[in-house]
Amino acid sequence: MSFQVSKSSEVTLIEVEGQLIVGNRQLLKQRVLEQLEGGDMKFVIDFSNTDYIDSSGLGVLVSLSKKIREQGGELRLSSLNEDLRMLFELTKLDTLFRITDNKEEALEGF
Amino acid sequence: MTGGMDKDLVLELPTDVQSIEGAVDFVMGRCSGCLEQGRKLNLNFRVGLTEALSNAMLYGNIKDPSQSVTLEVTIESGRLKATVRDQGAGFDPASIPDPTRPENVSRPCGRGLFLMRQLLDEVWHNDRGNEVTLVLRLDSGSALEGGAQA
Repeated sequence: MSFQVSKSSEVTLIEVEGQLIVGNRQLLKQRVLEQLEGGDMKFVIDFSNTDYIDSSGLGVLVSLSKKIREQGGELRLSSLNEDLRMLFELTKLDTLFRITDNKEEALEGF
Repeated sequence: MTGGMDKDLVLELPTDVQSIEGAVDFVMGRCSGCLEQGRKLNLNFRVGLTEALSNAMLYGNIKDPSQSVTLEVTIESGRLKATVRDQGAGFDPASIPDPTRPENVSRPCGRGLFLMRQLLDEVWHNDRGNEVTLVLRLDSGSALEGGAQA
């Protein structure tokens, strides 16, 4: 798994490439927390190129969302494929995040 | 059943979460001829197996690198079966709360067993609680629509 970080206006966009799983989840968590500590408040994580997120990866997203909200910010998720959407729905995490079809929609009006 | 493994598979893995992805890919490669419905294999079985291995290493062996995890995969009577065993003390599966309840949905952990039960046709543990067996029926329908039997 790798990811690219870019800024669009006030929003930090993180585009993940590959699986977000127990073996690499801390890399993403650490990078987002660094951005948060640097003052970033609005985050979009895009999963256009991610075919799988395991429960540990889901847990990291939950943890990050909570920390960002505590700072007054928001984490949005975009471009989940059909399988990932199903995992979010099964776990009811679709009620916890704003999930958009693509990153443009997530960035819109953020 | 169409295709399948040429023989049963037994792997002994170190307690190292970095080893999970490679092990699952290896098993999936050996099972790729098992199903006409690829999604059941590539999503349901992959997720279940990953979660079982992850739980065994993180919570069963408590990340102890001196302990190992054993994985056995068999195909019999139209069922793809994976058994994951750790060297820990075991746990009571009934003690794991439902992660989809409103009071639990924002917790960062506790979804692994839930996903296994949702995505596999059968999930059961041994009495000690250090071994989980996952079953995916190699026929049409089942797991995605139904989930595990209690």
